[in-house]
Amino acid sequence: MTALTIDDLQGDRKRSRKEALVSRLFTAAAAFSIVVSALIVISLFREAFLYLTGIKLDWPVYLQGDLPFIGARTEFWTQTGQGVVLSDLWTTGWFPRRGLFDVKTLLVASLGTTAVAMLIATPVGIGTAVYLSEYANPLVRRIVKPVIEVLAGIPSVVLGFFALSWIAPNVVDRVFDPTSSANLLVAGIGVGILTIPLVASISEDALQSVPMSLREAAYGVGAKKVQTVVRVVIPAALSGLVAAFIVAVSRAIGETLVVTIAAGGSGGAAFPGSFPSPEMLTEPGLTMTAAMATVAAGSDQVVGQGNAFQSLFFVGLVLFVLTFVLNIAADRIVRRFRQVY
Amino acid sequence: MTLASTDITTSAVASALQGKKVDTAGTIFRAALLATLVFTVVVLLTLLVSVVQDAMPILSGEPLTSEVRSDLVDTTTDPPTITQFGETFDVQISTDAAGNETYFQLDERSFGDFVGGNVNFTNPAENGIKQGIFGSLGIAVMVLVFSIPIGVGAAVYLEEYSKASRFTRLVDVNIRNLAGVPSIVYGILGFTVLVTALNGITGGRSLISGGITLAILVLPVVIITSAEAVRAVPQPIREAGYGVGATRWEVTRYHVLPYAMPGILTGTMLSLARALGEAAPLILVGAQTGFFTDPEGALDRLTGNFTALPMLVFNFTRQPGDALKTEGAAAAIVVLLLVVLFVNATGIILRNSFEKKRS
Repeated sequence: MTALTIDDLQGDRKRSRKEALVSRLFTAAAAFSIVVSALIVISLFREAFLYLTGIKLDWPVYLQGDLPFIGARTEFWTQTGQGVVLSDLWTTGWFPRRGLFDVKTLLVASLGTTAVAMLIATPVGIGTAVYLSEYANPLVRRIVKPVIEVLAGIPSVVLGFFALSWIAPNVVDRVFDPTSSANLLVAGIGVGILTIPLVASISEDALQSVPMSLREAAYGVGAKKVQTVVRVVIPAALSGLVAAFIVAVSRAIGETLVVTIAAGGSGGAAFPGSFPSPEMLTEPGLTMTAAMATVAAGSDQVVGQGNAFQSLFFVGLVLFVLTFVLNIAADRIVRRFRQVY
Repeated sequence: MTLASTDITTSAVASALQGKKVDTAGTIFRAALLATLVFTVVVLLTLLVSVVQDAMPILSGEPLTSEVRSDLVDTTTDPPTITQFGETFDVQISTDAAGNETYFQLDERSFGDFVGGNVNFTNPAENGIKQGIFGSLGIAVMVLVFSIPIGVGAAVYLEEYSKASRFTRLVDVNIRNLAGVPSIVYGILGFTVLVTALNGITGGRSLISGGITLAILVLPVVIITSAEAVRAVPQPIREAGYGVGATRWEVTRYHVLPYAMPGILTGTMLSLARALGEAAPLILVGAQTGFFTDPEGALDRLTGNFTALPMLVFNFTRQPGDALKTEGAAAAIVVLLLVVLFVNATGIILRNSFEKKRS
């Protein structure tokens, strides 16, 4: 009988080499996601930095400027050909080709459409989720769940078309009589419909994770169904519902096609009177995402020089930071509520 | 105490214990919830119906009518005809109440020609979406080829290989953040990295650039759903594998992945559906917005001009005239929805059938 040697216990060399190789491949795949993030941040910051360094710091002169100064600025632009005046970032109007880059105009339009979207998506989404989770019998669930999944699968470009071709003439035009049937309100409604499934599915997860014992305890002390739902289940799931809301806001701000098609924002925003005001919702406008899409799709060439094109990256950076903060917040809230149960 | 007062007391106590027979607040609340649910369903139905209605002229092959000058019409033939650019078209004459005649040229079109024809904005009657269908097919292939290996690899790393290290935590947090980045920002990534920096390899504004951008866009979702599927594999299956001396890779390859495959496929299908419907990144990456000649040869198709179905819908909505803006866009949407919903349904049915089998 031969004695066991170390070699016998080490196993097959080939197998362990393969094991090490595979392990490295998987690590590389995981590391790829970090590379993607790094590339996103680098590409946004590099061009946005070039854009911002092109800003001339002679703002005291132009800060007093109002609309009459647009003409003067255009002249300034054709004379120097380069550079953005700092005050141009904070006036009213986004007209990249005229040298007006007011991020505020875009931000207000984005927030306006998002507000409209949330006014629709929050009650409808959470209402649907509460009904499905607390009231619906299995048959209704079996029918409605696929409907929501189908709605979730509908591309945003389709909702943009629907908003412009159906919602605008049949709903918004009849109620508000806007100057143009493509406006921020129509786009907001479209985005709202788009985010209903998102709110509904996250809210339903939150409601389902409320332990049955809480409901039973409420029934045990004589609460009615409605009291159980409103005073026990919804408060217990509140952090999840808030997270659903925040995720939906982030999604609505980043939504591109619906607002590009239905907000009517070709050429920039021209808001009336006091700015910002609720009346602007029935006016055509340009959101951050729509501004980016318009700059990029403005010509057949997605190549460009100068500030008009670089502004795209600056707006992209603002958008990225905004959604990043919202996503982090939602993530924190979701984690906290997971720890409770 | 009289008998009557006992009765009154009994009924008062009983009603106090039972509460009101009709729960008004509860009914209203329930009705309101039901209304939101009905609203969701009605919106979806309205969307589908209105799109199909708008697309009907093209779906049913109704000829495109355009008004023409009466002096160009040859009324000697039956029906009257008009010859334009060497082609002869039928003409329809409509008479209003005052007896004024208006002449309409009838341009034949069919849904088959629409699906099989090239993009043509100048002549809406001959407009088609063939290039968009090809582009979307190419994008689908690229999304599958790039996002499945990398996505499943990353998921296996997170669930099977990773130790609780800083790197793992970073990857985990990073992926969840990437999932929330707006799609148009991925377009910027595609533009700077694939179109500009890697111009020599991708050919700039090409199908490869667009396809990889969309693959990167859906990667976080593929990773998250695959990781969930891998996590759901029961621990005893792994332990049995290790017990008979299998290495980590062998356990993963022969036990974990086959068990998790339905979940992984479902996630991939849903991601694919999302990629097929995305247009925002393609705008940035430079999908064609107008007429373009088809590239020749397989390689040129990958590195040459391209467009995709959702891009075509977007472009159609930006054209003047109902023939493109409404009918063309709606008909393209019908095709797009058929494709996207089919892919989506495949994923959902896969998931449901395996859920049933396991439980």
